[in-house]
Amino acid sequence: MGINEFEKISRQIRGELVMMSHKTGAAHLGSALSCVDILVAAYWGTLNIDPGNPLQEERDRFILSKGHAASALYAVLAFKGFFSRELLGEYACEGGCLAEHPIPEGVPGLEVATGSLGHGLSLGIGMAIAGRIRKKLYRVFVTISDGECNEGSTWEAAMFAPAQKLENVVAIVDYNKWQATGRSNEVMALVPLREKWESFGWSTYEIDGHNMAELVDLLRNIPDGTGKPVAVIANTIKGKGVSFMEDDNNWHYRIPNKEEVDRALKELELI
Amino acid sequence: MRNAFANELTTLASNNDRIVLLSGDIGNRLFDDYKGRYPERFFNCGVAEANMMSMASGMALCGMRPITYTITPFTTARCFEQIKVDVCFHNLPVIIVGIGSGLSYAELGATHHSCDDIALLRILPNMTVICPADSHEVRAALRASLQHNGPVYMRLGKKGEPLVHKEIPDFSIGKGIVVRQGTDVCLMSTGNMLPVAIGAADKLLEKGVAAEVVSFHTVKPLDRELLTRAFSEFDFVVTIEEHGFLGGFGSSIAEWLVKYPTKKATLLCMATSDAFFKEAGKQEYARCHYNLTDNGIAEEVMKAYHRKSADIRMQG
Repeated sequence: MGINEFEKISRQIRGELVMMSHKTGAAHLGSALSCVDILVAAYWGTLNIDPGNPLQEERDRFILSKGHAASALYAVLAFKGFFSRELLGEYACEGGCLAEHPIPEGVPGLEVATGSLGHGLSLGIGMAIAGRIRKKLYRVFVTISDGECNEGSTWEAAMFAPAQKLENVVAIVDYNKWQATGRSNEVMALVPLREKWESFGWSTYEIDGHNMAELVDLLRNIPDGTGKPVAVIANTIKGKGVSFMEDDNNWHYRIPNKEEVDRALKELELI
Repeated sequence: MRNAFANELTTLASNNDRIVLLSGDIGNRLFDDYKGRYPERFFNCGVAEANMMSMASGMALCGMRPITYTITPFTTARCFEQIKVDVCFHNLPVIIVGIGSGLSYAELGATHHSCDDIALLRILPNMTVICPADSHEVRAALRASLQHNGPVYMRLGKKGEPLVHKEIPDFSIGKGIVVRQGTDVCLMSTGNMLPVAIGAADKLLEKGVAAEVVSFHTVKPLDRELLTRAFSEFDFVVTIEEHGFLGGFGSSIAEWLVKYPTKKATLLCMATSDAFFKEAGKQEYARCHYNLTDNGIAEEVMKAYHRKSADIRMQG
């Protein structure tokens, strides 16, 4: 598959997310749209995983630490074939397994339950250490939000991984410049974000988090040969892919109505 | 207790290559033998307990049997949410070991006291809470915890506690150990208070009261069989803990009584009060402050007897 196909999958998943949010009234659509390309680049472009055998011990691990974007992960796992796409219709439905924040072992392919921020990177580091002890050479990809960089535990993890020279851990910051109720750099002094990670001992890259070719190229080259864990500052746009949602933080909580869904699907060239 | 823990862990790790020890920058020299033998399975996680607890969970998700170790307040209250979400929500076999529990490190001040940790951890679904009474029970509890397929909190004291058991006792999670037979009252002690409970039983015997003494090492799940027997046989059941009453061991028995009302025994709870200890002083001094002594316990039991006989006289 080429980059064009990956981009097409991204568009289809974005359309799915808009419909899922509309159908169930579940929030965080902007956050989910923001990280779609990162997830697609990882799942289609580089992760060593087998949807038919989701628990094989040598698999690469992917953790969506920003659990509020769970709909994006669910859609990716379904499109990837871990479970049926029809199941996405049960997203956020009562009694279902696709809760608005993931449940442990909720669906095949889901590694961990997240939702409280600042846990995922530490979980991933633990997984990587277990792999090292057990001589299994898998990689661990953790996607965190910029808001998540508010959490002290994120920086505990950021100090620990380089001390252990965990070169098979990658932290991808979905840097869309917003958190729930404000500009992330105004709430906390986040800037300079790349330099922060660099000074903590990570091999850092700053890229366009919506440039599929760039994302795939970078993620495929992990470990990157520096002997350090890798931090990717992925510059993204909250609500990416739907013009009237892009960089508008109202869509952290807003639910699209029927007309907005139609407009979004047209823009995504899905109808 | 801590030396027994380190020694037992070092032995067990030779036959179990899934054991991995995470220390929160504590236990200087204590784990030298372990570190020498299994350097790839020891991590000083620094003074960063939240990260330590989540990492332990990540390790458990990938087949390891992690054990976290640091001073009790820092491996319980400090990283409570990591325990709740990562360890308990995922129901992972992480063993959380708190050292210096209760008033063991009284001299270090209230930041280092833990009279709330039983309360905090036992409210979490999937969690097992074990408070070993002496070094022999520490060894037995560690072995049992490693066989248990879920989260365990082990609440340890410090070093040099008196031995109660002559050898490593038969030990099952959730089964109390009767260490002395008696007919009148049942002293149920959890954790490092067991020697004090035995001392209280001696004092009571001098006053003609024969006390059974139980090491009630597992606070969650409760030994219901033992509770049912004790509350139907004895005049009083006395819970003894180096922990606050609110949410603690005694409180958990009171909760049990709401569900299974007693026919005979009255419950008495010996615990620390709902107040910080704000003085300098070592463990023995702090225990006196909270009336957690052999004399203190015996006196409370005798007062309860007097109250009971007064009640009977009034009713008569």
